[in-house]
Amino acid sequence: MSERTLFDKVWDAHTVRILPSGQTQLFIGLHLIHEVTSPQAFAMLRERHLPVLFPERTVATVDHIIPTDNRARPFADPLAEEMIRELERNCRQYGIRFYNSGSGRQGIVHVIAPEQGLTLPGMTIACGDSHTSTHGAFGAIAFGIGTSQVRDVLATQTLALSKLKVRRIEIQGKLGPGVYAKDVILHIIRKLGVKGGVGYAYEYGGSAIEAMSMEERMTLCNMSIEGGARCGYVNPDAVTFEYLRGREFAPQGSDWEEAVAWWRSLASDADARYDDVVVFQAADIAPTVTWGITPGQGIGVNERIPAPEDLPESERELAKEAYAYMDLQPGDPIVGTPVDVCFIGSCTNGRLSDLREAAKIAKGRRVAPGVKAFVVPGSERVKQEAEQEGLREIFEAAGFEWRDPGCSMCLAMNPDRLVGRQISASSSNRNFKGRQGSPSGRTLLMSPAMVAAAAVSGKVVDVRTLL
Amino acid sequence: MPSEVLTITGRGIPLLGNDIDTDRIIPARFLKCVTFDGLGQHVFADDRAQDPGQHPFDQPQYQGSQILVVNANFGCGSSREHAPQALAKWGIRALIGESFAEIFFGNCLALGIPCVTAPPAVIQALQKAVAEDPQLQLTLDLPNKQVRWGENTAAVEIPQGAWQMLVQGTWDATGQLLAAKAQIQQVAASLPYVRWQQAR
Repeated sequence: MSERTLFDKVWDAHTVRILPSGQTQLFIGLHLIHEVTSPQAFAMLRERHLPVLFPERTVATVDHIIPTDNRARPFADPLAEEMIRELERNCRQYGIRFYNSGSGRQGIVHVIAPEQGLTLPGMTIACGDSHTSTHGAFGAIAFGIGTSQVRDVLATQTLALSKLKVRRIEIQGKLGPGVYAKDVILHIIRKLGVKGGVGYAYEYGGSAIEAMSMEERMTLCNMSIEGGARCGYVNPDAVTFEYLRGREFAPQGSDWEEAVAWWRSLASDADARYDDVVVFQAADIAPTVTWGITPGQGIGVNERIPAPEDLPESERELAKEAYAYMDLQPGDPIVGTPVDVCFIGSCTNGRLSDLREAAKIAKGRRVAPGVKAFVVPGSERVKQEAEQEGLREIFEAAGFEWRDPGCSMCLAMNPDRLVGRQISASSSNRNFKGRQGSPSGRTLLMSPAMVAAAAVSGKVVDVRTLL
Repeated sequence: MPSEVLTITGRGIPLLGNDIDTDRIIPARFLKCVTFDGLGQHVFADDRAQDPGQHPFDQPQYQGSQILVVNANFGCGSSREHAPQALAKWGIRALIGESFAEIFFGNCLALGIPCVTAPPAVIQALQKAVAEDPQLQLTLDLPNKQVRWGENTAAVEIPQGAWQMLVQGTWDATGQLLAAKAQIQQVAASLPYVRWQQAR
């Protein structure tokens, strides 16, 4: 059993009681909702005549279904229009703060909460979305829930949960040029597997993590769930505090010093006990690309697609399924794989620093003929800041489309989607079969800079050759 | 409303493969809805369309089956409760597998659907037995943590907390959680950030 970790301390501070089942009733400090997983929860509240217990601790936005090219209302898709209307109605009726499109604060839920200082160290955060793990970057316990649990949080601001074990993952040393947080997390998942984290919270630490910006830490924690871990976190430090200082919902005035002291006290103690510790060397991590149908099927960009005999026996069946679905052959290099669509965005990699890194590659180059490339900023604020510093011009001059914020082609619930057997280079988080909107569409996951490199090359290339 | 989940008896349906994610169980385009009604017909929509008539959920011998037998890391990926809802509306009442992704497991629990685990050898034997005789009756006996079929009995596992919630009928947690309202208010008052963020 872990002891004296941030996870233990935050868990204890939020424990309401131990339930007869032995589970913990845990207070949820921040509840985020969006249009896809909340309407049924509100319907259940109405059915049971229950109010929302802490309406001020829930924040809503619209991200999954929103079009990124034409957001005029009503939306062209009547189902999407129905969903946003339902969210508008629910927020109005229950007094929930809602950042609608055009408010200047709309965006992907895991982008907007941190940028407004809603996400703070030491919180528990839940949202009906598995990438809620993103907020762990601040030293919060943050995890995805289903709709019945959304109902429970609305009605009680608590959840019935079993405590997780804690695995510390250390990345020692310094990442090389062209190697980003996305490569680190794809490397971790490749090594520990897509189910390696089941039952665990991941604590990321070590010099490579300490050197990361908050946005990089968010990318890292975001994909904890792809490794099977429901939540992942980084201990709060000076980088965290600097990011938060002055943000709208961060503590102000005399509260600030008190907050920093409290946050520092929550970080895992030097003698904390972990259920498991794993160490990786930053120098071993290359730009990483997935070749298969799970995020664990990744390789360094200069490696070859593994043959079944290179893999543990338990992974061979899935590898065979992946070769067939992806139409890639074992032993082939991943470099040179032609791509049709290039997508930069998502809660994993739709923040300002992601767009900056991609723009560095796009600058002065052109999207390859026949390739569709588009950039979807993670929020209205990211979009505005990127435009202010000239990133839009760089992308548009290079032939990328510049869109409005939303989840977009990460999961293709809006009009942005693959067609037929198209293959995408994508800065998103899941390469599952059919994930990007075509039942036979294919996805190669990589960092935003690698996606930009693929866009201007028309095929997968090592971004380090373009730096 | 909540009731004890004790013994589930019914025919099985085997679904082979590891890491079957919730996008495959219910593709995202079917999430454009404000109720869960009607999801049952779309369960595994893309997988079924790929191989018309060959998917277990389409095969006539498995129609009406209630116990889904799966391999490792079933339900990984997206947190969408639409996945267990679609399975439940198709007719699934219990899952037996090598392992389950955590959010999926919790979503099933919140609907009173047990996900129990057994070692790979047991799962494979069970999948084979069901494939050979789709009429075979399986019994998931939760109080005794057993699955029984034909002459066979095997132990199954389920975390203690989830097990208690199912057998005691407290898997729909809202009422129980709300009973501690005073303690909830106390914890809220003890958290400094609740104060810092007040009235903003």
